[in-house]
Amino acid sequence: MLTTQNTQQQDSLSPAIDLRKINKSFGPVHANKDVDLIVAKGSIHGIIGENGAGKSTLMSILYGFYEADSGEILVNGKLASITSSKDAIRAGIGMVHQHFMLIENFTVLENVMLGAELSSSLKESKISARAELARLSEEFGLAVDPDAITGDLAVGLQQRVEILKALYRGAEILILDEPTGVLTPQEVKQLFDILNALRARGVSVMLITHKLQEILAITDEVTVMRGGTMVASRETSKTTKQELAELMVGRKVLLEVDKSVAQPKEVLLEADNLTIKDSAGITRLDAVSLKVHAGEILGIAGVSGNGQAELLDVLSGIIPVQEGNIHLNGTTINAKNVLNAKDFRHLSLGHVAEDRHKQGMVTDFSARECAIMGFQDEPEFNGRILMDNKAVTDHCVSLMEEFDVRPANPHLKAANFSGGNQQKLCMAREIERQPKVLLVGQPTRGVDIGAIEFIHQQIVALRDAGNAVLVVSVELEEVMSLCDRIIVMFEGRIVGEMAASDADAQKLGLLMGNAGSDDQASTQGASS
Amino acid sequence: MSEFILILLSTLDSTIRVSTPLILCAMAGLFSERSGIVDIGLEGKMLGGAFAAAAVASITGSAWIGLSAAIGVSVCMALLHGFACITHKGNQVVSGLAINILASGLTVTLGIAWFHQGGQTPLLSGDARFYSIDLPGALAVADVPVIGAIYSQLISGHNALVYLAFFTVPVTWWIVYQTRFGLRLRAVGENPQAVDTAGISVFWLRYRAVICAGILCGIAGAYLSTGQNAAFIREMSAGKGYIALAALIFGKWRPKAALLACLLFGFLEALTVRLEGVDLPLIGQVPTQLMQALPYILTVVLLAGFIGKAVAPKAIGVPYIKER
Repeated sequence: MLTTQNTQQQDSLSPAIDLRKINKSFGPVHANKDVDLIVAKGSIHGIIGENGAGKSTLMSILYGFYEADSGEILVNGKLASITSSKDAIRAGIGMVHQHFMLIENFTVLENVMLGAELSSSLKESKISARAELARLSEEFGLAVDPDAITGDLAVGLQQRVEILKALYRGAEILILDEPTGVLTPQEVKQLFDILNALRARGVSVMLITHKLQEILAITDEVTVMRGGTMVASRETSKTTKQELAELMVGRKVLLEVDKSVAQPKEVLLEADNLTIKDSAGITRLDAVSLKVHAGEILGIAGVSGNGQAELLDVLSGIIPVQEGNIHLNGTTINAKNVLNAKDFRHLSLGHVAEDRHKQGMVTDFSARECAIMGFQDEPEFNGRILMDNKAVTDHCVSLMEEFDVRPANPHLKAANFSGGNQQKLCMAREIERQPKVLLVGQPTRGVDIGAIEFIHQQIVALRDAGNAVLVVSVELEEVMSLCDRIIVMFEGRIVGEMAASDADAQKLGLLMGNAGSDDQASTQGASS
Repeated sequence: MSEFILILLSTLDSTIRVSTPLILCAMAGLFSERSGIVDIGLEGKMLGGAFAAAAVASITGSAWIGLSAAIGVSVCMALLHGFACITHKGNQVVSGLAINILASGLTVTLGIAWFHQGGQTPLLSGDARFYSIDLPGALAVADVPVIGAIYSQLISGHNALVYLAFFTVPVTWWIVYQTRFGLRLRAVGENPQAVDTAGISVFWLRYRAVICAGILCGIAGAYLSTGQNAAFIREMSAGKGYIALAALIFGKWRPKAALLACLLFGFLEALTVRLEGVDLPLIGQVPTQLMQALPYILTVVLLAGFIGKAVAPKAIGVPYIKER
């Protein structure tokens, strides 16, 4: 395992990171069990695993956020005691967190030097930091305007600031936690270029992800975690997507969605020039028109925050129509005929919300209560005065059986189910009534690979029964494999439409970033 | 005309005196709130400081020792707030209110027990008070029209703590915007996690911020009982801590803007005193209560849209919890 493809570092024998028998428990949960990990110098090492596999815990231990219960950390062959981020930084470890650790109203320069200022006077610190930042930008090809306000930068550029921050502190080992979740495909490519440049200069990179594609695209070696243990290490060139997926889940999985060609029929849901302005007067949806047919799955692709949330909200009656019309099963809804979410449900519309913790369920409620949310007034759950508790519980039990929700305990608090099982419960609640139209936001966000397969099957089954489905997802692969037709949204507008069979990541990616506007943003950053 | 100028000058003169504790408290609140700790306890710390200053000054006969005592007591109260909110992650508003109630009760109780004057401290005189200082040349230029009058009446003739209060504003600005501590202070109020991952202790940083707040509130308290007045009187802070907090929000948590807000609120208060019982043309007598409520009304109305949104430090009021 010590061999690396990088020729520059072959003489150096001790690995950058050597973790030995790391253990960490949170109460009864054993998050890391005897974890061993070796990361060679000057390599890109992928760590892959499902949610809750213990990847993040392990990295938090390495970066000093948590302290391991037992085990040793060796950095460059030397035993290191890491009990705080400060220790980690001193040992030459830098981390780019999934949620950026940036002060949005600070300039790039201020963010980079925060905590590593040279003197107690800001003026002096800034002068030296500016020079060092310029040098780093030059050396690694990381152009960012040091005086830009960080919060105004595109996400890809903010990530660069995070990388620069780590390099400024002299990091030789860089941990990236799910770095691509918020990036467009073009930004991902730029990030990979940067990572390659870092590797070429001897920086060791640890890439934490659950996306198999990325592991295969960039890493030299990959380690798979499952249930808190290391289950396998592979040289990336000698493994396949299928093998990694099976190692992650622990059984055979189907990566492609198994479905027949769609047979679209009549239009069941039509949006006609929908425009939504938020309370600040900013246009969130800009004259969006679309049709969803019976027997098809329409996918909405786009980088998160480009109007998809508002589209789902208005199509499900959560926010009222301001301009334009919705035609749902023969009923027209507009500013004059405002209907609420309950009315929409009665028009046979189901809605699996994008953010299940905010809109889909109340995590402090029991599963049986969550399983009737939105339908709590239906006569079948109510006696003359009190709710019919037995009916509610029975209903939940049957949903859990049908959708394989585990543990099958209707009285357990929703928060105590895994993400995949929460999502299955939400799905079950909406699909069970066989709605004519189903809206699904991020069907598999925070859901394990095993459950993804099941959820996709249920959506396809609903389509095949002659219903219309609209799926919003930021995962391009999911949109391409699950949907029949794809619409791309950018800044509240529809900027492209194509059959799923014609789509590829390149085409969609360009549309999602509105044809290369990201490149402009990065050159702007470089020029000043 | 000259009578009008005289009235104006004397109103402005009392504006300065009334604004002094507001300015000190607003700067105190700025340190605390910029670090992410809500400081509704300005009022209590000031009151505690006022009592300590008067009590110690009356015993030792030295205003300066009284001032030190005020700072000491106020810092202790600030640390108590810190212990509840930073170490134990308690609710910052509840803790602040508790400090106010504690100060309000304890000062009177101790005052009665120690001095037997119904909660007041003995009248201070001599070195036990801060007296007005005549700035050099104030008498000489007094007769020069306008400028002389402004210098001798408005600028000269205040006690040391008044000058100190005005001096804290540029100092606060300098610390917050020109030093490493200030950079980290602003950062921790926005995103404590980022500060933690940058290798800086969030707790220690926030403790230092509340200590700064304690020092300034202590000075404000000493000003009330040994500068502006000559004894501690029960509840003598009379809501000034809250007005200072309003001024801080009004000034969008920035030193210079907060100073202007304090002066505006001070001016309104000075005007209240001036207009008491005076018949104004067209309006008649203005009810005192209305004038007293004006700072609050102004804050609410102006914040509601006229001066744009006051963006609070993002992490304000949220205790920092490291482990999930």
